[in-house]
Amino acid sequence: MKKIEVVQNVLEANETIASRNRQLLDKHNVFVVNIMSAPGAGKTSLVLQTLRRLRDKLNIAVIEGDVASAVDAEKVQNEAKAVVQINTRNMPESCSLMAIMIESALKDMPLDNLDLILIENLGNLICPAEFALGEHKRVVIASLPEGDDKPIKYPLIFVDADAVIINKMDLVSHVDFDIAAFRRSVAGLNPKAEVFEVSCKTGEGIEEWCSWILGQAKATATKQ
Amino acid sequence: MHELGITENIVNITLAKADEAQAAKVLKINLVIGELSGFVADCIQFYFDTLSKDTITQGAALHFETVSPELRCRNCSAVFAPQDTVWSCPKCGSQSVEISKGRELYIESVEVE
Repeated sequence: MKKIEVVQNVLEANETIASRNRQLLDKHNVFVVNIMSAPGAGKTSLVLQTLRRLRDKLNIAVIEGDVASAVDAEKVQNEAKAVVQINTRNMPESCSLMAIMIESALKDMPLDNLDLILIENLGNLICPAEFALGEHKRVVIASLPEGDDKPIKYPLIFVDADAVIINKMDLVSHVDFDIAAFRRSVAGLNPKAEVFEVSCKTGEGIEEWCSWILGQAKATATKQ
Repeated sequence: MHELGITENIVNITLAKADEAQAAKVLKINLVIGELSGFVADCIQFYFDTLSKDTITQGAALHFETVSPELRCRNCSAVFAPQDTVWSCPKCGSQSVEISKGRELYIESVEVE
């Protein structure tokens, strides 16, 4: 018997493809945001609001991830420059987007004519935390009806987030969501995360969120 | 749910290392999994039984070393194991903490002959 020391990260295959995606995106000056949340928290609504607010300033494409259907792609196709729908139903993994899926989606996108790609990940607070896609920023949405304990229950996704969005602020008087407690939990796990309070229904807070995206996209473009 | 691709990677990395060592058979794969990672040992074992078939990893034992979560307080630098779901420092009470251990997922070594 012989023992071979390995010490190799099992996620390395995904991370290698993610950094290849990132190089390709940087070469074309495309800024990419990975949007993650539980099902129904408002990923598609946030994508739509962002498209409407920023489409005169930036050329924006969307990658939609879902287990099945093109429902979300249909919702956003009139507003975006390009939309690619990824269905994970027939893929070996169906719980999160992975770098290899983004690699193939990027092949169908006019990268030279784009400034921003919004990736809508699968509705899930666990698996997407583990898989880098090649994105520049990671964003997590938590909505008021879900409760304020999500950062305590699903810490990893919040630990790695660059921004956290509290959505459905229009429901604030109807639910028992302690915004201060939520903000404290997020700040504890991740003091660098920006927190935005928005309502995709009324448009509240969307401007602040969009200025942040615009600022981040510009900062990334200037760095290169 | 995402252990299939992970297990494929485990088999591929092991086969590459065994090939480098010109091994005829893989006896054991020693894995390290952090308790905070989203990966479940039983799922990896389940997929491994199928994916290892007809390779020199077939029949190899999977040994999982789990790593308990360890947190570091950003306020007073105390290192501690979280006792409950609320991650606060037992020394100073701060909830500003970072994960120092518990997110691992790697192959530590493989045993071959």
